[in-house]
Amino acid sequence: MIPAPPVNLGALAPVLVLLGAALLVLMLDMLPPRHEKTHLAVVSLAGVIGALLVALTRWGRDARGFHDMVVLDDYALFVDVVIAYAAALVILLSMDYLRRAGVQSGEYYALVLFSASGMMLMASANDLVVVFLALELTSLCLYVLAGLFKQRLESGEASMKYFLLGAFASSFLLYGIALTYGATGSTNFVKIAAAAATTGQSPLFLVGVALMLVGFGFKISAAPFHMWAPDVYHGAPTSVTALIATGSKVAAFAVLMRLLLGAIHGAQPDWTPLLWALAAVTMTLGNVVAITQSNLKRMLAYSSVAHVGYMMVGLVAGGAEGAGAVLFYLFAYTFTTIGTFGVLTLCERSGEEAVEVEDYAGLGRRHPVLAGALTLFLLSLIGIPPLAGFVGKFYLFGAAVQGGHLWLAIVAVLNSAVAAYYYLRVIVFMYMREPEGAAARWSPSFAGGVALAVAAIGIVLLGVMPAPFAELAQSAVAPLVR
Amino acid sequence: MTIGILTVVTFLPLAGALLLLLVPRRLEGVLRGGALVVAGATFLISLPLYFRFDGGSADYQFTEYARWIPSLGAAYHVGIDGISLLLVLLTTLITPVALASAWRSVDDRVKEFVATILILETGMVGVFVSLDLFLFYVFWEAMLIPMYFVIGVWGGGRRIYAAVKFVLYTMVGSVLMLVAILVLYYQHGAATGIYTFDLPTVVRWVIPPGTGQTLMFLAFALAFAIKVPMFPFHTWLPDAHVEAPTAGSVILAGVLLKMGTYGFLRFCLPLFPDASLAFGPLVFALSVIGIVYGAWVSTVQPDIKKLVAYSSVSHLGFVMLGIFTLTPQGMVGGIIQMVSHGLSTGALFLLVGMIYERRHTRLIADFGGLWGVIPAFSAVFLIAVLSSVGLPGLNGFVGEFLILVGAFQVNRALAAVATTGIIFAAVYLLWMYQRVIFGEVTHEENRHLTDLTPREWALLAPVLLFIVWIGVYPVAFTGKMEATVDALIAQVQSKASVALAGPGAGPR
Repeated sequence: MIPAPPVNLGALAPVLVLLGAALLVLMLDMLPPRHEKTHLAVVSLAGVIGALLVALTRWGRDARGFHDMVVLDDYALFVDVVIAYAAALVILLSMDYLRRAGVQSGEYYALVLFSASGMMLMASANDLVVVFLALELTSLCLYVLAGLFKQRLESGEASMKYFLLGAFASSFLLYGIALTYGATGSTNFVKIAAAAATTGQSPLFLVGVALMLVGFGFKISAAPFHMWAPDVYHGAPTSVTALIATGSKVAAFAVLMRLLLGAIHGAQPDWTPLLWALAAVTMTLGNVVAITQSNLKRMLAYSSVAHVGYMMVGLVAGGAEGAGAVLFYLFAYTFTTIGTFGVLTLCERSGEEAVEVEDYAGLGRRHPVLAGALTLFLLSLIGIPPLAGFVGKFYLFGAAVQGGHLWLAIVAVLNSAVAAYYYLRVIVFMYMREPEGAAARWSPSFAGGVALAVAAIGIVLLGVMPAPFAELAQSAVAPLVR
Repeated sequence: MTIGILTVVTFLPLAGALLLLLVPRRLEGVLRGGALVVAGATFLISLPLYFRFDGGSADYQFTEYARWIPSLGAAYHVGIDGISLLLVLLTTLITPVALASAWRSVDDRVKEFVATILILETGMVGVFVSLDLFLFYVFWEAMLIPMYFVIGVWGGGRRIYAAVKFVLYTMVGSVLMLVAILVLYYQHGAATGIYTFDLPTVVRWVIPPGTGQTLMFLAFALAFAIKVPMFPFHTWLPDAHVEAPTAGSVILAGVLLKMGTYGFLRFCLPLFPDASLAFGPLVFALSVIGIVYGAWVSTVQPDIKKLVAYSSVSHLGFVMLGIFTLTPQGMVGGIIQMVSHGLSTGALFLLVGMIYERRHTRLIADFGGLWGVIPAFSAVFLIAVLSSVGLPGLNGFVGEFLILVGAFQVNRALAAVATTGIIFAAVYLLWMYQRVIFGEVTHEENRHLTDLTPREWALLAPVLLFIVWIGVYPVAFTGKMEATVDALIAQVQSKASVALAGPGAGPR
């Protein structure tokens, strides 16, 4: 008689809510009304909010399940909340955006939910096998979503590139997992850490760690593994781009931090200089290349590479401060980035998406509220106080200074000053130039407006009253840090 | 906690701006009037600060404290002393004047304009009242953005270039200051066990002299030197001034430039006394270069506004000179000169703006013989010019005299060179005045200019009042700051000597 494995579904609660909602959406999609998809969006939204509420109610109660492969601790819950916000805002932005593009479909919402559930599972993963499964669940959904605009060549290209490079990255990760398993005899984070501590750092283990870092480097689009980002961001539907830029990065960072602070913490002297260099290269390259972009989606792709670089500063700093700062920054970055892409989804020029910076000339005069919202998001991306982006950077760079990485902090702040240039360029076009020819107009969308309002309020709230959120982030990472 | 007067003065403009954003944009009169009422009310509310301020005490007064981010040790801590008192009042005076000056000249996007100026006022007052490094930095950076919009949206032909240059210059300086603030925070925390951004607490700690203090001083000093602007960091200033609308120039010259010199007084000297003393001669020399260079460059400007802009480089050089004499006379003179420069240069920019509204040119060569056409304008212009030259009896004299008294005690040679700056000021300002006002009317368009309107009188009157008041009875103003300045000098000297006597102090 084989004993039944212990099953603790509580450890999967938010993930299960999302999966349930996704299956419900798939079923409802078969039923009439076949041409109207708004109710599917509402169901999806309800599912995401349900997952958010479940995550909030489970705060402070750790749950473990499936032989410790899945852990639902405060850390995972915090990340779940961020992912839930990202998914909810993306769904709100998608409703009218997809209708205008004529690609409304039930699968879209189901895929968003499936990918979000994968992201949440990544946050809870305490075993390399679960990491890989969750990552693939997320990525496969996103590959499909990136190619949603079947009529558009760039969309197909984005999907193909994302898939090929993503698969490439996954194989690096998988090879790293295999080598780590070979070196330590386990895929469980805790056991890996214990084995690494007793047997020391074998070359096999270090190579495994390096290969895993390469895999995650692809997923978070750290330089020099960022090549896919501009093309995918550009080609994918803007709402999907928002999800790729926020949710999937949040999840990848969540896993990476759990790995760095736990399983491979023993190799810290080895990975710290590596990450130091990667962080410096990533933010500098992202910012410098972003300066030359005239397409907003490509510019934001490079800018998000730069922001990944800032967050890696927090990883380098390590400790509870560094990790807490990264968590806070992920929260702030999610609101800011989705808000920025959200404005893009609401603007169109002669029936096309408005993605060139020239399209936004004179927007401040035509649509003051929308331009004001985009200004707010851009200022937060620059890191102007008192907005979320500033406080996030303050915590990150503070952690770096405290961790003794003064030079990295200096590189990072100088990068922030460089970044101001290209963000301000958009503001220059909106307020200080007049349009030549057809200009971008805002296509009214109630759901989109709600999403932008939530993002804007989040940015101001995190900026003016950061204390409660920062303290939650600190307390969430505290158990991870040893 | 109860809401104190400083909080009201700081945030009333912001509240007013948010309220005005709800007003429909076609009601331009309501928007303009409402903004003026808000700014005027802010000024009236700030007046008791002067009357109830105890000039005999060097302590922070009207302090307010509220928890903000306890885990970080950042708090909402505001207060003023003899240094910031006059600067706060200058801000609340200049803002309504600037708004009134734009009554006619700004007719594009009025709603955004008045809201931006009011938000800017909150930022400026916030910088002067913050007693917490984190809070200070928030205001310091936040204030950049409204000024960027004022220059970039309502400015002249090359406004975008000027606006972006202004922001990037200032930003590069201030991000390094952010790192220095963080380093200071952690070093103070490690040394004393108290992790806090509270300025009065951090100031009590004597930073060990050495490379660390030097680098922190340089990071702070760079941010402030760009803002002042000190030679050779001044190149953003002429662009920003010339392209900004009149209201923007008035605020820029009147208040924004003072933030740099204020920063040196509030942060660099008390926090990094050894480095300040070590770099004192360099700052001294750069100030003198700035004085002379600014004056020379002003002399050859064909554009009145650009002339006034470069004269700011010269005048702010005097302020820096006074501060780094570290003598009571020099410092008091420096602070008075900050206020004086705000008033004189503010008045000059207002007048240049008025003549530009009438003729749409600012070139000296396009004028001449205005005395016969617009006598009232010419008379007021004369007062402003003489105040900027430093004529005894007007405000400019008081500051420059005290500064030079201080400077001669420290370095006679450099002080003598600096004195030539006053002579050159007379040269470039009076020569400009002569070419614009006297002589024959050389351009037909100038024959039918209208003289000052009642509105223009109304907005010039308060500035002129203070120009004369400071000149005739400076004690009313210097009396409020002497105790603070004495305490600051004593603090710098005692901290520097403690640090020198302490262990690990190397030879200097």
